[in-house]
Amino acid sequence: MTPLHATLLVSALLFGVGLAGALARRNAIGVLIGIELMFNAANLNFIAFWRYGPHPEALTGILFVLFSIAIAAAEAAVGLALIIALYRHCRTVHLDKVNSLKG
Amino acid sequence: MTADFLILSLLTLVGAVAAVSLRNLVHCALALAAALAGLAGLYLHLQAQFVGFAQLLVYVGAVAILIVFAILLTRGSDSEPDGPPATRGWVPGAGLAAAAAGLVVAAILSSRALAPSLQSSPEAPVRAIGEQLMTRYVLALELIGILLTAALIGAVIIAMTLPSRRSAEHKPQSRTSIPDL
Repeated sequence: MTPLHATLLVSALLFGVGLAGALARRNAIGVLIGIELMFNAANLNFIAFWRYGPHPEALTGILFVLFSIAIAAAEAAVGLALIIALYRHCRTVHLDKVNSLKG
Repeated sequence: MTADFLILSLLTLVGAVAAVSLRNLVHCALALAAALAGLAGLYLHLQAQFVGFAQLLVYVGAVAILIVFAILLTRGSDSEPDGPPATRGWVPGAGLAAAAAGLVVAAILSSRALAPSLQSSPEAPVRAIGEQLMTRYVLALELIGILLTAALIGAVIIAMTLPSRRSAEHKPQSRTSIPDL
């Protein structure tokens, strides 16, 4: 097994764990944690292909990961603000109990 | 595959599993920070030093703390049990995720395109990254700046209680407290 295979396997398992968390958790913050894990699995893929790819001098993977980290930070900030607004409105972050569209 | 790679990936995966399966949300956030630190170590192992330290600064330093803040601000609702492994959603969710991960793992293991390339050790000096950011990717950099500004303003506005809305919330309450005639 080459190092590229090993890194991609770690990334796939990390994505699976994050997907399980995002689908199965009932707490909104737990779902957000799962989404962050999936983001990071994708970033690990970019770095792995940059490191073991044929043209590492182009730095494409590095720059893609930097932009992706910035977007993930913005997503986390907006998502947590939404969760706080939801908590203020419904007094809960339990997603099964947030079941009204109006008021 | 070396020992440090094994240790770092084990730390990452164990932290990730703990982050999605623990009951207490604060423990989940700490496990997430451990998993993200392990990922930063993996980036350093893969010789992407700048990305590794950016990951440490942004994720372990900022996003994990932001999640802890959100957990503490929404504390009143975590007294109810959150998803013990026997709830309805856990089995199909984990099954679906295992199916997706198994598909990807099978594709990786059977792929022939991932031939072992020449084992060069590429370098990503900060000077080269900065030059690329200022020349080829300058438009994307500006767009990221606009996006971050918009996200900052949007997060503040979403999480802020507007005074007009608060007075609008208070009015019907006071009206309902008066018995209507």
